[in-house]
Amino acid sequence: MTRRLHRRAGPANRRRMAGITVVAALGLGAAACSSSPAATNASSGGHVTISVDCAPPASAPQQHKEWNEDVAIFEKQNPNITIDSIYENPCEVPASFTAMLDAGNEPNVFYTYFTDKNQVLDAGQAADITPYVTAQTVPALGDIVPSAMAAVTAGKTLYGLPTVNYTQGMIINRALFQQAGLNPDDPPTTWAQVEQDAKAITKLGHGIYGYGDYSAGNNGGWHFSSEIDAEGGHMVNQAGSAAAFDSAQGQAVLQALHTMRFVDHSMSPTQQLAWGTLQKQMAANKLGMYIAAPDDIYNVIVPQDGGNINDYGMGPLPSTAGTPAGSLSGGNDYMFAKRDTPAQIQAGIKWLVFEDLTPGVGQFNYVRQKADGFPVGFPEPQLFTGATATKQQQLLDASATVNPAYYSTFSNAHEQPMGEPVDAQAVYKTLDPVMLAVLTNPNANISQLLASATSQVNQILANSGA
Amino acid sequence: MVATVRKTVPAAGPAPSRAASRLARQARRNVSAHGFLIGAVLCFAFFSWYPMCREIVMSFQQRHLGVTSWAGWSNYIRIFHDPTFWIAWRNTLEFTVLALIVGYAVPFFVAILLNELRHARGYLRCLVYLPVMLPPTAALLLFAYFYDPTYGLFNDILRHLHLPVSQWVQSPGTAVPTMAMISVVIAATWMNMGGATLIYLAALQNIPGELYEAAELDGAGLVRKIRHITIPQTRLILSMLLMLQIVATMQMFVEAFILTNGGAGVNDNTLSVVNLIYTYAFALSGASNYNSASALGVVLMLVLSVFSGAYLWLTRDREGLT
Repeated sequence: MTRRLHRRAGPANRRRMAGITVVAALGLGAAACSSSPAATNASSGGHVTISVDCAPPASAPQQHKEWNEDVAIFEKQNPNITIDSIYENPCEVPASFTAMLDAGNEPNVFYTYFTDKNQVLDAGQAADITPYVTAQTVPALGDIVPSAMAAVTAGKTLYGLPTVNYTQGMIINRALFQQAGLNPDDPPTTWAQVEQDAKAITKLGHGIYGYGDYSAGNNGGWHFSSEIDAEGGHMVNQAGSAAAFDSAQGQAVLQALHTMRFVDHSMSPTQQLAWGTLQKQMAANKLGMYIAAPDDIYNVIVPQDGGNINDYGMGPLPSTAGTPAGSLSGGNDYMFAKRDTPAQIQAGIKWLVFEDLTPGVGQFNYVRQKADGFPVGFPEPQLFTGATATKQQQLLDASATVNPAYYSTFSNAHEQPMGEPVDAQAVYKTLDPVMLAVLTNPNANISQLLASATSQVNQILANSGA
Repeated sequence: MVATVRKTVPAAGPAPSRAASRLARQARRNVSAHGFLIGAVLCFAFFSWYPMCREIVMSFQQRHLGVTSWAGWSNYIRIFHDPTFWIAWRNTLEFTVLALIVGYAVPFFVAILLNELRHARGYLRCLVYLPVMLPPTAALLLFAYFYDPTYGLFNDILRHLHLPVSQWVQSPGTAVPTMAMISVVIAATWMNMGGATLIYLAALQNIPGELYEAAELDGAGLVRKIRHITIPQTRLILSMLLMLQIVATMQMFVEAFILTNGGAGVNDNTLSVVNLIYTYAFALSGASNYNSASALGVVLMLVLSVFSGAYLWLTRDREGLT
């Protein structure tokens, strides 16, 4: 879920925002009044300083270097803007994020998950950036995927700009597939096939298991949500007022997991796993398959956990029908502090356009990624549609270092992005014990577990006034 | 004139003057004490009393779209309607009782054992105290490894002994006592027993040896000596540690949090009240709020205050009778 570790610099962004100077001048008065410790706006001579978090720290040297290069290029192009980078990884820790919002000392431009929107708005810490975001200031605006824009919009008010959007698929360990006599170019697409392949991989022994899933840290509920989306079910009803996962689809997902754990024994007895654990198992070639977005490979498994880039591929989310009805889509974005001056908002938008929303530049500078030795060619982030998506794909293909065939089954599935349920983290948290029970209790009563979780989620939704 | 003045001055002036100088002397004598006191009072005020008052205020507030408003009892009603609220209280009480049975008794008997030993006492005391010196997170991560159902040390031992293995913290089931909670108690006891053992040991060493010698002459065995000499003589320490133990165990958090990888166990069977406070405040991302967390914090504070008050009253009453 740390999606900002790879920062890529790019060629100069020569776009200028119309009227920036005028707006900057208007903002000077307000900027001078800002008293937050995180706000570092200098207000002399039309100069504006913005603090931006989620800059890769020096512990990730290559990404750190690229971020700093990006900042230098941007500041050279925009001498009236200074970027005050706040280096941190992970980009968001829920406890400090909540405290930061409560204290109102977030950076001028701050990173959030899509699921954080309600919390930020309730804290009253997000600035309305609607008037500042136009086709002129954000050229790719019309091509940003609607579900990602919806994640930063409340009513008709825009509070942020998305920078990463993903759907999930199933990462497979090609090396283990080959060792088990399976065809890695034909990843399983149905739960029955997953079960069959997982059994074959588990037979390799040496502590190797065919399939893995989460059941802690809200990640169990998160994955369950994606799996039920693929089945065609829903976590909550259309109105977001009641749980909807106690369904045939929910039963099917949990039954498949329970079968793999206790009938096939193709899942490890060690459960209660949270994000970060399955990646390590995959990197160590101890795990055959698990559900994730593609960035797990290029952000974690290869650079952090030492996996071999050629050992991995992806298929779509498994489902009973073999064609996923959808996938949980999620991502992250940047919002703007409530106290930001118009000049700071303008400068922040300009920075985000440069760094995150322009093919060939910033995070989409595949030429430099390749030169720096990063694997290139993953079908992510799925941020754009239309002409911008086409351009991004062309640039990606031109610099690809990974074999696109390894990911074609996933890409060709064109999973429908479903967004995340209302009160997502609270809902996920409630489903963690359900996943854990299914994966640790041979006698787990799936119907009872789903019914009990439904009652809890209904209470959560009632409390939140959804 | 001079004589008159000399007569009138002492008659009118000396009493207040003496009082003032006495006060001044006292003030001078206590100036450093008051200085130290101010530091402590400020520390308590800023870091204990103010947060407590703030917590109470926040428990009656709500925040929406940046506006804080009074919410009446709604935060309390909300937490009482949360199904996990009662689960958390049940688990917390389960942990407290188990920790009392195991974590209170074990250090006492270890202290008696250490007190009776004639050889290697210093070495063994050091050994008992060592776990306290480990950072709790490190100790619990160690236990998380021991408990791992696939690779853990405990299951390895069980396999070598041809005994059935366990899921330990990941054990399903909610029938009290759960294996999951017993696992948490074992880890907590191992981590914390060193401190209690040393306190018990100090108390034991203050018991006059003549009492034991007299008991031995009367033919008392070990159990009778413990019952009639050791326990009565260490009653004050025992009762103080009992209260501290209960107050501490009711606030159990880090043990379950780390052993369950930030979760709450199968069917929430290791979810504690403080864990739920943390969840309300931080772990729900978009749904996190300090107000519900504060309300639950106040409930916990009230429960512990009532318990402590009742305990102190009962203890004082008993002391009066003896």
